Amino acid sequence: MDHHDVTPTNVAPVNDGVEEQPETAREVVFEIRDASVRYGSNLAVDDVSFDVGAREITAIIGPSGCGKSTFLRCLNRMNDFIPSAKVEGRINYHGENLYDSRVDAAEVRRRIGMVFQKPNPFPKSIFDNVAYGLRINRFKGDLSELVEQALTRAALWDEVKDKLKKSAYALSGGQQQRLCIARTLAVQPDVVLMDEPCSALDPIATSRIEDLMVELKRDFTIVIVTHNMQQAARVSDMTAFFTTDVAEDSSRVGRLVEFDRTQTIFTSPSDQRTEGYITGRFG
Amino acid sequence: MTLLETPPRPSTPPRPPISHSSAGGWRRAKNTIASLLIVGSLVAAMIPLVLIIGYVIVRGIDAISWAFLTEDIPILTRAEGPGMGPAVVGTLLITGAATVMAVPLGVLGGIYLNEYSARSTFGRVVSFFAEVMTGVPSIVMGLFIYSIWVLRFGVSGFAGALALACLMLPVVIRTTEEMLKLVAPELRESAYALGGRKAGTILRVVLPAAAPGIISGALLAVARAAGETAPLLFTVLTVNKTNTDLFNGPNTTLSLQIFRNAQQVFTGPQDRAWGAALTLIAIVFVFTLLSRGLSAVFARKHRV
Amino acid sequence: MAIDSELLPAPTPDHLGGGRPPGRVTDRVFRVVAFAGGLLVLVILALIAYSTISKAWPAFRDEGLSYFTSDVWDPVNAGFGTLAFSFGTLVISVIALVVAVPVSIGIALFVTELAPRWMRRPVVTLIDLLAAVPSVVYGLWGLLVLVPALPGFYQDWHDLFAGVPVLGDVFDGNPIAGKAFMTAGLILAIMIVPIITAVTRETFATVPQAQKDAALAMGATRWEMIRAAVFPHARSGMTAAILIGLGRAMGETIAVALVIGSSPQITEKLFSSGDALPAVIVNQFGESTGTYQAALIGMGVVLFFLTLIIGVIARAVLARSERKLSAP
Repeated sequence: MDHHDVTPTNVAPVNDGVEEQPETAREVVFEIRDASVRYGSNLAVDDVSFDVGAREITAIIGPSGCGKSTFLRCLNRMNDFIPSAKVEGRINYHGENLYDSRVDAAEVRRRIGMVFQKPNPFPKSIFDNVAYGLRINRFKGDLSELVEQALTRAALWDEVKDKLKKSAYALSGGQQQRLCIARTLAVQPDVVLMDEPCSALDPIATSRIEDLMVELKRDFTIVIVTHNMQQAARVSDMTAFFTTDVAEDSSRVGRLVEFDRTQTIFTSPSDQRTEGYITGRFG
Repeated sequence: MTLLETPPRPSTPPRPPISHSSAGGWRRAKNTIASLLIVGSLVAAMIPLVLIIGYVIVRGIDAISWAFLTEDIPILTRAEGPGMGPAVVGTLLITGAATVMAVPLGVLGGIYLNEYSARSTFGRVVSFFAEVMTGVPSIVMGLFIYSIWVLRFGVSGFAGALALACLMLPVVIRTTEEMLKLVAPELRESAYALGGRKAGTILRVVLPAAAPGIISGALLAVARAAGETAPLLFTVLTVNKTNTDLFNGPNTTLSLQIFRNAQQVFTGPQDRAWGAALTLIAIVFVFTLLSRGLSAVFARKHRV
Repeated sequence: MAIDSELLPAPTPDHLGGGRPPGRVTDRVFRVVAFAGGLLVLVILALIAYSTISKAWPAFRDEGLSYFTSDVWDPVNAGFGTLAFSFGTLVISVIALVVAVPVSIGIALFVTELAPRWMRRPVVTLIDLLAAVPSVVYGLWGLLVLVPALPGFYQDWHDLFAGVPVLGDVFDGNPIAGKAFMTAGLILAIMIVPIITAVTRETFATVPQAQKDAALAMGATRWEMIRAAVFPHARSGMTAAILIGLGRAMGETIAVALVIGSSPQITEKLFSSGDALPAVIVNQFGESTGTYQAALIGMGVVLFFLTLIIGVIARAVLARSERKLSAP
């Protein structure tokens, strides 16, 4: 019903930043070529290729079960911990194969942070949550200054500066999620991956996080998985649309249908399936 | 607005390519050391298991024969040769009697806790103390039965069975309660919807659904009981000839014979102890593995 | 029935229908019988306390406080001080915990965090087999295989630490052919590994995946993830596991009786022979009468209440942690 929200007139003003960016200056962070993910013998994501540009917000949208979260977890090797999961194809990060044997997965995850669907602070104080990554990564410098910086960047400092020693669980859901963002930012990553970061939050908290994302774009590359098309339209520069194919043996395989500027995807998609999905006829 | 106050990103030096940097040698080393210690702890626990079972098999296999399993125990302790017949009979008899007492009562108790008093204070108290009771040392059960039974009625296989039953009861109760919890509420509701009464529903619908899990727990309890020694020392005493009368006169079990013969300096009784140990371990392992097999079946059945 | 209405105020389907009377009777009878089964637990616990205390009373009455505080155990002259036995029980339980707790936590981590999926069940089965070996078989193996092998080993160990403060004193003693506090402690350690492993494994399994993901996504190594996400969440579960292990170690009788050496003494030297509460009961009960026997039963009372208290604390800690973890 509300899909008329996503009309060109509504989308265009938010994305005006993209127009000014000349195509040639686009610095590529992830170069994804023919990437597939398998769980044992099951193909979960098949043959995905696209580029993620630096200091852009790339949204991954699609119906549930299309493997968007699975795919996102390939970008910082979180799938390493699922014993049966196997990534094929090539995912280059700043020109280097992310899955090269010389690459240390822990370092990958420090540089490519992740924010999860449900806020998942540690059962520690607010301060210790942010300081955790700094401590394990042995950051030099003033710990409290770095924590303050991270909390400020995550637009949470003013709300928590008087209760840093309080448990993180005392915060509201939206605050917890911003705390998780602060925790990720503290270790000075290059990329922040967000896996449906607002799906557990109310509209007000959601809009705060969306504002924050646009703000963070100045310094970070962001890849966000969302099931909320309006959100993709509001915040992202580029959009990848995934869909689910049902194979002969009735297993579901995620595929990339279309990757383009967000504005193009939402105004003149080149694939019928994309159009069907964003206009609500399908998915 | 706070967003506008965001400090500019600190100018970090250009990063080295990711393949040339890692989480830090010491951090990686610690991770490796921890992983090795974790694997090492498993190995450390496996060494005694392999050694003990290995010794019992190697030393026991020489002693075991048909005669060993059936003949009377030599009256002269230091004599060489078989047998352990009375102890085999005693173990089966006493453990069997304990099972007959503890399992039905335990299952009933478990049914009461889960089906009749799941949310009541009384139910929670009983459940809690059943759990605590599993930690009461077996020797205390022996002293208990000695005090209330043996002092009045004398030693017998039955007295030992009572002590073992006290050890098994809380285990059976807790297992039954846990297994009944796993039975889908829809199953009960559909039985009620067909006009079933509570007792009938429990006995004909709920209990059969949970049966493999309950039997699995009961088998484990039986296995533990069969190997117990301490509660039998003052309740059963010992004999050299088979005593099939559960209620009169002293009896003996494999565990008691192992305890007695292990302390002898002669090779004859020591060999009999190893033989008895192999027999006992065989019995106990059969029950344990049966129990695990059944619980695997149960787990598969209740996976949604 | 009064019991019914008190315990089950909520209407259950059988209260609603009219229907066939025989079914109703069965229902009532069944409920009463089931109730009796549950009640039996409390009855037995109360009876244990009552019967053992009353049988041990002569010893408590004659000895008074010195039953607990005196280390003079001289049945012939009616001296029944149990301090040396309590000391022995404490020492071997501590040795057992020091050895078994790290190993058990390691195995639990292996099963929940490290092992490939196909390996988990077989490993759990193997550890369960360790629990299935009867106590008396541990004792037999300990007495006939381990004890003869130990004196040389203890000697080397002693030489290694000779001169080191504290450790030099602790790793010392005059073991009678390998029967010692340390031997009993080591055997106990093997015996309590399965129970500690089982309880820790269960609490580790309840750590939310989201917590682990959070740590890993920050660039934590697996070990750092375990320290940040697994241990803090499982702290009370691990505490309970250690307490349950302690209870088992204190009450374990037969294996200890065979390898501890049966010579009560209070010493810091772990390689010397000693004695422990349950071992004394087993080794001396047969020859005891009168106050002597009462004194032995009294040790059972001590064991019963110690393990009961430890068990209550452990289960309470465990129940609290379950509530905490299941809360959203």
